[in-house]
Amino acid sequence: MRYSGFRVLAEGLRGNRGWTRAWRDPAPKDRYDTIIIGGGGHGLSTAYYLARNHGITDVAVLEKGYLGGGNVGRNTTIVRANYFLPGNSEFYSHSLKLWEGLEAELNYNVMHSQRGLINLFHSDSQRDAFVRRGNAMAAQGDDAILLDREGVRQLLPYLDFDNARFPIHGGLFHPRGGTARHDAVAWGYARAADRRGVDLIQNCEVTGIDIEGGRVVGVQTTRGAIRARRVGIVVAGRSSQVAAMAGLRLPIESHVLQAFVTEGLKPVIHHVISFGMGHFYISQSDKGGLVFGGDLDFYASYAARGNLPMVEHVMEAGMTLMPMIGRARVLRSWGGIMDMSPDGSPIIDRTPIEGLYLNCGWNYGGFKAVPASGWCMAHLMATGQPHEVAARYRLDRFATGRGLMDEEGTGAQHSLH
Amino acid sequence: MRVTCPWCGERDRREFTVQGDETALRRPHRDAPPEDWHAYIHLRDNPAGRLREMWYHDPCGTWIVVERDTVTHAVHGTTPAREAAR
Amino acid sequence: MRVAGKGLYQGAPPVSFRFDGVAWHGVEGDTLASALLGEGVRLMGRSFKYHRPRGVLSAGSEEPNALVCVDGVPNTRATMQEIWEGMEATSQNARPSLRFDVLAVNDWLAPFIGAGFYYKTFMWPRSFWERVYEPLIRRAAGLGRLDPSAGPLLCEKAWAFCDVLVIGAGPAGLSAALAAGRAGARVILADEGARMGGRLLAETDPLDGQPPHLWVERVLAELVQMPNVRLMPRTTVTGVHDGGTFAALERVSLHRAPRADLPRECFWRIVARRAVLCAGAIERPLPFPDNDRPGVMLAGAVRAYLNHWGVAAGRRVVVFGNNDDAHRTARDCHAAGLTVAALVDSRPEAAMPGAPFPVLPGARIAGTRGRLGLSRVTVEGPQGRQEIEADVLAVSGGWSPSVHLACHLGARPVWDDRLQAFLPPPGGVPWMTVAGAAAGEFTTAGCLRDGWRAASAALADLGLRAPDPDLPEAEGQAPAQGPFIVVEGRRQFVDFQNDVTVKDIRLAVQEGFCSVEHMKRYTTLGMATDQGKTGNVPAIAILSEALGSPVAATGTTTFRPPYTPVSIGAMGAGGQGMGFAPRRLTTSHAACLDRGAPMIEAGLWYRPGYFPRPGETTWRQSCDREVTMVRQAVGVADVSTLGKIDIQGPDAAALLDFVYCNTFSTLPVGRVRYGLMLREDGHVMDDGTTARLGGNRYIMTTTTAAAGQVMRHLDFVTQVLRPDLDVHCVSVTEQWAQFSVAGPRSRDLVQAVVDADLSDAAFPYMACAEAPVMGVPGRVFRISFSGERAYELAVPARYGASLYRLLVAYAESLGGGPYGMEALNVLRIEKGYITHAEIHGRTTAFDIGMERMVSKTKDCIGWAASRRPGLLEADREQLVGLRPVAQDGVITAGAHLYRREDPATRLNGQGYVTSACWSPTLGRALGLGFLRRGRERHGEVVRLVDAMRGVETLCEVTDPVFLDPKGERLRG
Repeated sequence: MRYSGFRVLAEGLRGNRGWTRAWRDPAPKDRYDTIIIGGGGHGLSTAYYLARNHGITDVAVLEKGYLGGGNVGRNTTIVRANYFLPGNSEFYSHSLKLWEGLEAELNYNVMHSQRGLINLFHSDSQRDAFVRRGNAMAAQGDDAILLDREGVRQLLPYLDFDNARFPIHGGLFHPRGGTARHDAVAWGYARAADRRGVDLIQNCEVTGIDIEGGRVVGVQTTRGAIRARRVGIVVAGRSSQVAAMAGLRLPIESHVLQAFVTEGLKPVIHHVISFGMGHFYISQSDKGGLVFGGDLDFYASYAARGNLPMVEHVMEAGMTLMPMIGRARVLRSWGGIMDMSPDGSPIIDRTPIEGLYLNCGWNYGGFKAVPASGWCMAHLMATGQPHEVAARYRLDRFATGRGLMDEEGTGAQHSLH
Repeated sequence: MRVTCPWCGERDRREFTVQGDETALRRPHRDAPPEDWHAYIHLRDNPAGRLREMWYHDPCGTWIVVERDTVTHAVHGTTPAREAAR
Repeated sequence: MRVAGKGLYQGAPPVSFRFDGVAWHGVEGDTLASALLGEGVRLMGRSFKYHRPRGVLSAGSEEPNALVCVDGVPNTRATMQEIWEGMEATSQNARPSLRFDVLAVNDWLAPFIGAGFYYKTFMWPRSFWERVYEPLIRRAAGLGRLDPSAGPLLCEKAWAFCDVLVIGAGPAGLSAALAAGRAGARVILADEGARMGGRLLAETDPLDGQPPHLWVERVLAELVQMPNVRLMPRTTVTGVHDGGTFAALERVSLHRAPRADLPRECFWRIVARRAVLCAGAIERPLPFPDNDRPGVMLAGAVRAYLNHWGVAAGRRVVVFGNNDDAHRTARDCHAAGLTVAALVDSRPEAAMPGAPFPVLPGARIAGTRGRLGLSRVTVEGPQGRQEIEADVLAVSGGWSPSVHLACHLGARPVWDDRLQAFLPPPGGVPWMTVAGAAAGEFTTAGCLRDGWRAASAALADLGLRAPDPDLPEAEGQAPAQGPFIVVEGRRQFVDFQNDVTVKDIRLAVQEGFCSVEHMKRYTTLGMATDQGKTGNVPAIAILSEALGSPVAATGTTTFRPPYTPVSIGAMGAGGQGMGFAPRRLTTSHAACLDRGAPMIEAGLWYRPGYFPRPGETTWRQSCDREVTMVRQAVGVADVSTLGKIDIQGPDAAALLDFVYCNTFSTLPVGRVRYGLMLREDGHVMDDGTTARLGGNRYIMTTTTAAAGQVMRHLDFVTQVLRPDLDVHCVSVTEQWAQFSVAGPRSRDLVQAVVDADLSDAAFPYMACAEAPVMGVPGRVFRISFSGERAYELAVPARYGASLYRLLVAYAESLGGGPYGMEALNVLRIEKGYITHAEIHGRTTAFDIGMERMVSKTKDCIGWAASRRPGLLEADREQLVGLRPVAQDGVITAGAHLYRREDPATRLNGQGYVTSACWSPTLGRALGLGFLRRGRERHGEVVRLVDAMRGVETLCEVTDPVFLDPKGERLRG
């Protein structure tokens, strides 16, 4: 069924009885060509692009809970391409281009909205670091504009320019940055993958990975054994546990990152604003809630919930930046489980086990990566070769020290990214 | 979250800096093979369950090994790192 | 309508207030909702999506409909907001007025804008999403309005500690607090209401033969006398966090006119060894056609308004329920003199013997009428179909225990078929017991007993003994609960605020959104400001029915903090303006201000940018003068912000050899050495000088930015990696004030204040000594960050302010003066000295040309990892100097470097500029940067491109040291 405004009208007149399932609910077959473990954004987009770009449709996505139930359904929905290190630069640039055509591609309104992202800076040295970033974005062909204090004031007049502990010197404006509706991304990919014949299997937890003679041959699940020639592990948040089923030990620590949403308010914040000094960023959703977050809680966690010290720090940062939000009330808080890699950049690579592929280590950059991650993972699984924009996302870079991408410069201290 | 500093008693999480799992205690010898150093610096068991983790109590400057559950966040015990390192 | 002789506020002083500009009256103790109902106002809000007229549904914090703006705070629940004299409340989400709202047209469009419609449309043409559709949606969405020009909301934060936290002061909570208080435990009793008592204030069934509120008053009178008990009314416990930490929000003055000396709210962190959750239960509505008109209310709320506030929600009441508790509303309304037009009970076996009003068992409400308020209901039943006039419809679908807090740590509630309710998960919060209605105990007697029991258990855990129960006689008949029902028809609302209907839930299932999480996210059910407190359980029942699976299998969505919304202003109290981070000031701060220096942030510190002199109009003029002054005479700068660590012990040298990549054990006493510190991953962490004051004593200097990190690192090494070392480290950054005196005339100046032989023979470059400074025990270091002959003087911090003024005065007499951070930066760039602009965390000793400092003969932090092949490849970006080919060429930090002829694209990137300045000494711009294979490329001309600033410059690659490469000026 194709979605359109006309269809919405027609179904409305018919009592909305004609809408069909967004995706099938198949029972797992006992054999597939390719299995993707993980029905989150990355897993679903991988399955979709396997089918779309490579014609590989004998694919099952195995999800232990419900589709899109992990970090893709629990984030602050920011989409941007403002990285500066080679490796990240081209990858996120590619991702943003995919975002820009995603509605038409998927026939699903993921509400990608390029509201513009502004990274504030508060000192000369921060300005220079953002200039370096902006120049990297420009060199990559992406958009970046350096704003001075008055430039920021024109876009964001409600910030506290006069009393702040860290006065605003200016900002780096990324007009193509913005937000999307997170659940819709998962659902859009799921529906589109399903339409191309991919089996999406929910409530199916992988409990083992079968390896024979150094080759992956299938998986064990709570719904039985399934054979496959190729298996992709796309379970950021649980990567260490699933990889351990194949005897792999990963350079990953799991941490909690909290986020918050307020009650619905009439539009007041148009852009996405990032306040690095306070580890604070904010945007307003189409429903009216202010969506914002901060830094990691900085302890290993799988609990998908955090604690008050970071909650309060985030709120204090909000208060120093834009005191008007003091009257807004936080409606809900949540925590995502972050796959933290040593250099803060992801891994899309083969493993020492033939036919077994790995997509992990998204730190807190996973949501905006969903399209390109799937695109590149599908390329890798279909061709055996890394895609050119993800060629640096190698698993062995930590052992060799070659091509590390430490955007924050905090080093291989897992928890510091 | 509240953690007991062996010297100062039970304190709120905001008094501490956390620095990852206790692998840090087992630093390889200078001339150990590169794989050992790679494992020491980068690879982690990252358990969903009990974990021994390095915490630093900022006010008193003590490194503590905290045994904690990464799923429930329950704290099961703390040892001064100086003792754990022996 | 006020009912004479009813309520707890009879004879209370009158209060006048305004709602949407109209003056109304209530009494002290009224909420906005009770006061408006008392005045006969039923229309209080508009729904989120269809802009349907709505009245108050509940009498508590679960309210989805009656949201207003008070004192600039949007989305305030009228059911919780107490009125004050002169209060102004305004309605929300309605234009031009609450009675006539243009966007009510959405209601007519409902067939086309049901659940998830927006995912299926607004896609063509592509550019219309951002330019047309989305702006329209955004304008229509949202409820209240934030006023960017409103002043700050005054709030504060606080801590509290107790043995037993009792959450909720209804029958169970009061009983628990009494038991714990009498046992001598430190008790906090928190309740979200303005008046403690919970349901006991809303009911008429006697306790010990008296009205229940009298027993409440007696208990509170006893508790308030106990020094170990703290009562916290108007305090909602909003979150359960790890380690017995609870978040709570107190409405300190939100119930009265704003006062400058009172915070509006206080955000509490309560640390409790044990907690007893007595949060009660929330009544659920029933889905039936047009069940959302103003006048349709929860049956328990109708009773609460009548008994607690003395207000009748209307004159003619119809009660509709599937349980016995609803009967109490009919009974109380009748007793208060209202007309009970019918008691409609969906259960065929329902009976109310002797009821003085019509009881209709096995019947249901099939529809309602009344545009802006209920006028009539349609009843269908065994007796057929009838229309009944009514202005209030009191609805009860049973009660849902408030299990939220018991689930905040991630446990899921458990469905109980008999009670038709989700119960708290056993052990969901290990240090919390749940009692009373929150645990599914629905009789007053049971709640009283259960509260006492739960407190006894908590006390036993703490090694305390509860006294014997001392509880009043109370009603003990649990109300029978019938099955959940859905009355079919059109527009049965389940989530009132977000306008989610039964049909929406079924559509979600039809489209495959079958998981409760999918249904929630697809329909937005339970995502409104009330987080589905009333609607979630009915929705789960409807979903389960549509799936043909039991409710227990469907389960709930995740319960997350906060229980009720908490203002950012309260949780972020203190953060506004300068409060966000501490300010660290040096001892020279006042002197710098006296000289008009702009103070700039350096981490948490403030340091002077430059010292303007009369006639100087730009920072560059001052900076150039200060640089020249240092190069030609002498300058004084405060360098106290650098970290200083005192390292003592027999193994002090061994420690330094381990944490620095170069060697310090060979450093003679009385000498200073530059040290480079690596992280264990082989990259540079920090640099600085370390002085050996004695055989077993060193003073280490760190950069300002890394002072804390380095101290933590040293503690890590001494406690974790090398506990074998006999050495102690202590940070003395605050204890010592330290000043740099730099320039060819620096010795003249320093010699004037230091009592030691500073001749080059006795005190050469990189010497150090402890020596009296103006008679005060101090330290002198001959180190330089400018390339000039320079000294650093350190004195105990209490002498810093006077020494600084003295040094500056002497310097001025020698043709010098103070210099600031701008000049300091230029001086170091001219000399090629690095800062964190260069050692930004991604560079190695190899990259900055210091790989030879990494000792190959000893172990040190970072040694092994620094040998990784990728960190030593010649192709890496290496530190270079940059000099414009043209004399007037501009260099900007952050610019990228390309081969002369290459286009500025990523693949052509050769490096970037880290630091740049105008050098008054050399009369041209200078830069430091990293260039691929840079050390091989000195002399090559590269193109600098700064697209952000519109700068393009041809630069010659040079050695990073621009000035005095042999160090002659340095050594004198």
